[in-house]
Amino acid sequence: MDIMIIGLLLGGTYALIALGLNLQYGVARIMNLANGEMLVAGGFTAFWFYTAGQISPLLTIFIVAPVAFALNWLIYRIMLEPLVKRAKTRGQLEVDSILATFGLSFVAVGLMLAAFGGDYFNYSFLAKPVTIMGDTYAQNRVAAFVAAVIICAVLYGWLNWSRSGLSIRALSVSPESARLVGINTRSLSAVAFALGGAVTATGGALVSSFLTLDASAGIAFTLKALIIVIMGGVGDIRGTIIAALLLGVVETLVASLIDPGLTLAAAYTLFILILLFRPQGLFGRRPT
Amino acid sequence: MTVLSLRGATKRFGGLVAVNNVDFDVQENQVVGLIGPNGSGKSTTLNLISGALKPTSGTISLHGSAISGLRPEKITRKGISRTFQLVRLLPSMSVEENVIAGAVFGHRRRWGHEAHAEAQRLLDRVGLGGKGQLQIGQLTYIDTKRIELARALASDPKLLLLDEWLAGLNPTELRTGIELIHSLRDEGRTIILVEHVMDAIRSLCDACVVMSSGSKIAEGTPAQVLSDPEVIRAYLGDDDA
Amino acid sequence: MTSLEIRNLALAAIALAVAACLPLYGSDYLKSMGITVAMFTVLATSWALFSGPTHYISLATAAFFGVGTYTTGLGFETLPFWSLIAIAGVLGAVLAALVGLATLRLSGVYFVIFTLGLAELVRQVITWTQNMSGQKGLYVLTDLTEDQLYLMLVGLAALVYLTGWLIGRSRLGFALRIIGDDETVAAHSGINTATAKVLLFMVSGSVAAMTGAILAPRYVYIEPALAFAPILSFQVVIMALLGGVHRLWGPIVGVIPFTLIWETISVSFPSQVTLFLGIAFLVIVYFIPNGFVGLIEKARDWARKREGFA
Repeated sequence: MDIMIIGLLLGGTYALIALGLNLQYGVARIMNLANGEMLVAGGFTAFWFYTAGQISPLLTIFIVAPVAFALNWLIYRIMLEPLVKRAKTRGQLEVDSILATFGLSFVAVGLMLAAFGGDYFNYSFLAKPVTIMGDTYAQNRVAAFVAAVIICAVLYGWLNWSRSGLSIRALSVSPESARLVGINTRSLSAVAFALGGAVTATGGALVSSFLTLDASAGIAFTLKALIIVIMGGVGDIRGTIIAALLLGVVETLVASLIDPGLTLAAAYTLFILILLFRPQGLFGRRPT
Repeated sequence: MTVLSLRGATKRFGGLVAVNNVDFDVQENQVVGLIGPNGSGKSTTLNLISGALKPTSGTISLHGSAISGLRPEKITRKGISRTFQLVRLLPSMSVEENVIAGAVFGHRRRWGHEAHAEAQRLLDRVGLGGKGQLQIGQLTYIDTKRIELARALASDPKLLLLDEWLAGLNPTELRTGIELIHSLRDEGRTIILVEHVMDAIRSLCDACVVMSSGSKIAEGTPAQVLSDPEVIRAYLGDDDA
Repeated sequence: MTSLEIRNLALAAIALAVAACLPLYGSDYLKSMGITVAMFTVLATSWALFSGPTHYISLATAAFFGVGTYTTGLGFETLPFWSLIAIAGVLGAVLAALVGLATLRLSGVYFVIFTLGLAELVRQVITWTQNMSGQKGLYVLTDLTEDQLYLMLVGLAALVYLTGWLIGRSRLGFALRIIGDDETVAAHSGINTATAKVLLFMVSGSVAAMTGAILAPRYVYIEPALAFAPILSFQVVIMALLGGVHRLWGPIVGVIPFTLIWETISVSFPSQVTLFLGIAFLVIVYFIPNGFVGLIEKARDWARKREGFA
């Protein structure tokens, strides 16, 4: 039972990270393989603020989010938009953006290595036990989970009930039709990409309060986020959240029952099963 | 002899029924027109025949053996070739290679000199003689359509599917295009054409199948179906009927 | 055969002879560079055989390579070395077939992620098995010299070029070009697109595994983190793209300069290699999307045009 809850707590933060990637891939149509580095950067910021000024990561996210938003907006405008413009086919854009964001990811890792060195970093924030239903859990995990749930809920509500959220969903479903009804697809893509980056960086700040990170930890998170997005269905928020919780539980089960070294292998096995049996995602309709 | 028959062919996309329980037969050496207003399910029907889409239910058979649900390459090998509504050529290849692409893996297979010779013959046949070495980017619109036709013919299909092959041509090109299909008809080819150009339908088709909202609403000679009140209503709407 | 083909064949034979004689005249530095260049030539060229025409970016090289090194590591005491290379080739092909069947029907993004995770998956599983059995790494002690390993790699390179040349002339090669241009057209021309892609991926996987098997004695001691180092996959992708994947001789044009720069940087600025790798990716995407071969061909066209006007 406590494994289930630890898994769900972990899955909650995964959901936030994967939502960020899903906004970037599902709406802006860019498979951003540098997504994990944005997460690590968010984590670094939280670490730095906490060790330098004892500022709670729960407050740091209010700085991390707007900065990450601006940074990702610039990345989209300067680096990715030229690729979108020059691509003759969807396939070419896919290849170009994969290579470009891989490049970006390596550059980011290289810069963070140069700036902070290759050490692991962690800090002890709210490392006190809390009792839920008779079992004890670390407060930081619970706090991160609650924050992730609130952010997911706000995001979900905004996408479903606001006018700009509606435009984003329209863009996700059909870019051509979105253009026809007067949506400025180019600037909206940039906004969606920036928003995705901000959400992921926020997730990073939260994750850093209970996981140990280092400069090159990003790629593992990118991989997990991708697996979640594909499991949950591209552009499907509800699916992403459920898939993230599922992955959190499966990973925790494998880590505590078999071997902590096999978590990525577990995530990956889940991914293989999805690809083989439901390539359209857990809840997606089979593409026709 | 019946080349192709559809029995109860149905395609659903979620809640939308794009093709609803359609039956018809195509006889050997016959040119059949598949017509109907926009969105009536003609192209979807063609995609079901060519294997681009799998039918939700119903059977499609070629010379009596079922092909419904097979993958497109299997169907092509059994002898059905097609052109596409929006022309699809191979941009990195020359005109001749584009045609050879149709000759190597399909119903009748050729390779090397044989494929080369067949491509030359077909390029002459569709009016592109001497243009084999050109790149795709250098061609006029009708020439791209000619290449697609030559590619589809290159595997010597039992049945040829033309998806709005005449659409988008200017009046002069249209005349040339109709003549070209006429000459295929005179060769004794079996063809299904999805078409909007009524002149072409009148002069080319032995039979017509009319679709509206996914269902077959009429079948017969072009003259019969085009005077059928239900067909006129489908095209013009209830008010004008 | 046309006269152009005879000329190219002669050039290739001369280049191969020069490469094969390196142990006779090369300095130690040159010989050590030679083995690295030969290794990456084999890996990048076989990578491009598959990824060039299909546009699928495979990051599975490290996985195949690692499977190869482990084949040698586990079997060198009981089986003759040449048979280990053959076994590694078969294992690589089988693994590639499994991966290909699962992913090559889907879009390119899925394939990239899948192959990226593959090396990690195999690595974690091997590490876990080793932990269970209490073993850490494997010593590969043979009496093969560096020169012998080098010659084997050159031989493998010759085999890869020959295979690539034959595929290019075959129906399979033609089918892949069609698939690369338009997969829908390919299917409607009667091509079994999945089979064609899986076959080529098997060639590429098999070659990478054989390379790993040949190089295992050079490492002396192998452990999962070394044998399945993901950076290898990225290096191969960059070198192939840098050279150009549309010509058989393209990748080697990228391998030689990249290896030289890489060696220099990893000696002088070891902490900056990741940054360099990233910059290399960005330079390729933004400035030389068709690789050096693309630049060379563009320059040649331009020169020809000028001649035409003069």
